[in-house]
Amino acid sequence: MKLIVAIIKPFKLEEVRDALAAAGVQGMTVSEVRGFGRQKGQTEIYRGAEYTTAFVPKVRIEAVVPAGLVQSAVEAIQQAANTGTIGDGKIFVLDVDQAIRIRTGERDDDAI
Amino acid sequence: MHRTGLRLAALLAVVALPASASAAVPALSVDKGDTAWMLTATILVLAMILPGLALFYGGLVRAKNVLSILSQVLGITAVAILVWVSWGYSLAFDAGNSFIGGTSKLFLSGITGDSLSPTFSAGIGIPELAFVAFQMTFAAITASLIVGALAERVKFSALLLFSAIWLTIVYAPIAHMVWAADGLIFGWGALDFAGGTVVHINSGVAGLVGALIAGKRLGFLKEMTPPHSLSLTLAGAGLLWVGWFGFNAGSNLEATGGAAIAMINTFVAPAAGVLAWMLAERLVSGKASLLGGASGAIAGLVAVTPAAGTSGVAGAAALGAVAAFACYGFVGSLKHRLRLDDSLDVFGIHGIGGIIGSIGTGIVSSPLLGGFRPGDYEIAAQTWIQVKAVAVAVGWSAVGSAIAFGIVRLVLGLRVPPDAEREGLDITDHGERAYNF
Repeated sequence: MKLIVAIIKPFKLEEVRDALAAAGVQGMTVSEVRGFGRQKGQTEIYRGAEYTTAFVPKVRIEAVVPAGLVQSAVEAIQQAANTGTIGDGKIFVLDVDQAIRIRTGERDDDAI
Repeated sequence: MHRTGLRLAALLAVVALPASASAAVPALSVDKGDTAWMLTATILVLAMILPGLALFYGGLVRAKNVLSILSQVLGITAVAILVWVSWGYSLAFDAGNSFIGGTSKLFLSGITGDSLSPTFSAGIGIPELAFVAFQMTFAAITASLIVGALAERVKFSALLLFSAIWLTIVYAPIAHMVWAADGLIFGWGALDFAGGTVVHINSGVAGLVGALIAGKRLGFLKEMTPPHSLSLTLAGAGLLWVGWFGFNAGSNLEATGGAAIAMINTFVAPAAGVLAWMLAERLVSGKASLLGGASGAIAGLVAVTPAAGTSGVAGAAALGAVAAFACYGFVGSLKHRLRLDDSLDVFGIHGIGGIIGSIGTGIVSSPLLGGFRPGDYEIAAQTWIQVKAVAVAVGWSAVGSAIAFGIVRLVLGLRVPPDAEREGLDITDHGERAYNF
């Protein structure tokens, strides 16, 4: 099992969700986060007063998938979230030791 | 309010004079249409303040101070209403000397439902209580405008006391000088249809003086202070624009073609202001912003206020655009270089826009430029009178406001403690939060 963590542009969330569902991913957790990478901040101007926002709003997606599904899920995210401009985000893949479905007690691949 | 300095010479004294003395003045008759319009215009101006100005300012401050600024506008309006019926109206509009009115109408003494005030048409009056109420809303919005320069740092109690003093020693005398039949500036023949000097220059200069005396907010130009809700600000700007029809067209005092002139100008000038400000932003910083558009509308409304009854539409559009460009230049650039914390740009928009409008009124009122003054109108002579009127308004407001702020600083102090300012005035001054999620 692998945990896929993807940081994407907020307006790309629906497309990424659909692409992951089509790839066979059963569920995901989404949070609104802020951060910066190479994009650095955004500039906002109010009546000529310029503010640089150091942290840009992003969406963070977490999905645990069976090892065999990792490659296609990562490709699905990369294609769906790509705009070709700076700030498109990143994808991380981590190992997962265990997974347990609370209702039934099923474990690991059966639980995700 | 008064389109000419040559009319109405004895009219404000009509009600107070004994019957024998007023025999030479034609009896006034009252028209139900005029009365209905003035009652309507009065509540439109109240809507400019509550909730218009309150929301406009409320959206511009940080979320921790929004209730503070709303409370200040609400409280100052209440103070202004009580000051006006107690002594403000008498000091502004009772017959007196060149600088201030008399005291025979303290507490609206002698004014009944049958008392009439003159209008611009010979023999036509409106109920004096309608005039009192209409003028009361002008006093209230002028005092309320000032708090924008002092946002996020000054005590609620200090602003209430300041307003009572300021309305007495600054607003009432300037209103008398400009609008009363025996007033100094009225006597010069200055044109100020709806309050370019009395309302906008006056509040703008008071705001500037207040910002200098109260000092900068903690963290000024170091911490971010972006507006917390530009949606509220646009809701407020829209209400200001709608209410401004009561302000400008109501200043005609009658439901006639003169009110329609003021109305069309009150559409055109802010429209030009919106586009001019947004164009300037597009050229300077790359993007036309909502706040810029709303600010341009206000700048245009301010500038057309003194000219509303005498300008043609081309003149109104020119005033709106020029004021928007000038105000943008001040608040977008010069203010930052001066390190001036006129927090919500009271001087930057009402002061600068008011000065441009009041002087520009001398130009755009000319019939040669589509204005509605008589054919023998002389632009240079009238504009010189306008400049003198502006100078008196600026000087009186600056000195009087400094005195009023000085008294309040001695008696109550102006600023909240630094910790309270950091935490936000909503909690520390009022014990409430605007947003509980």
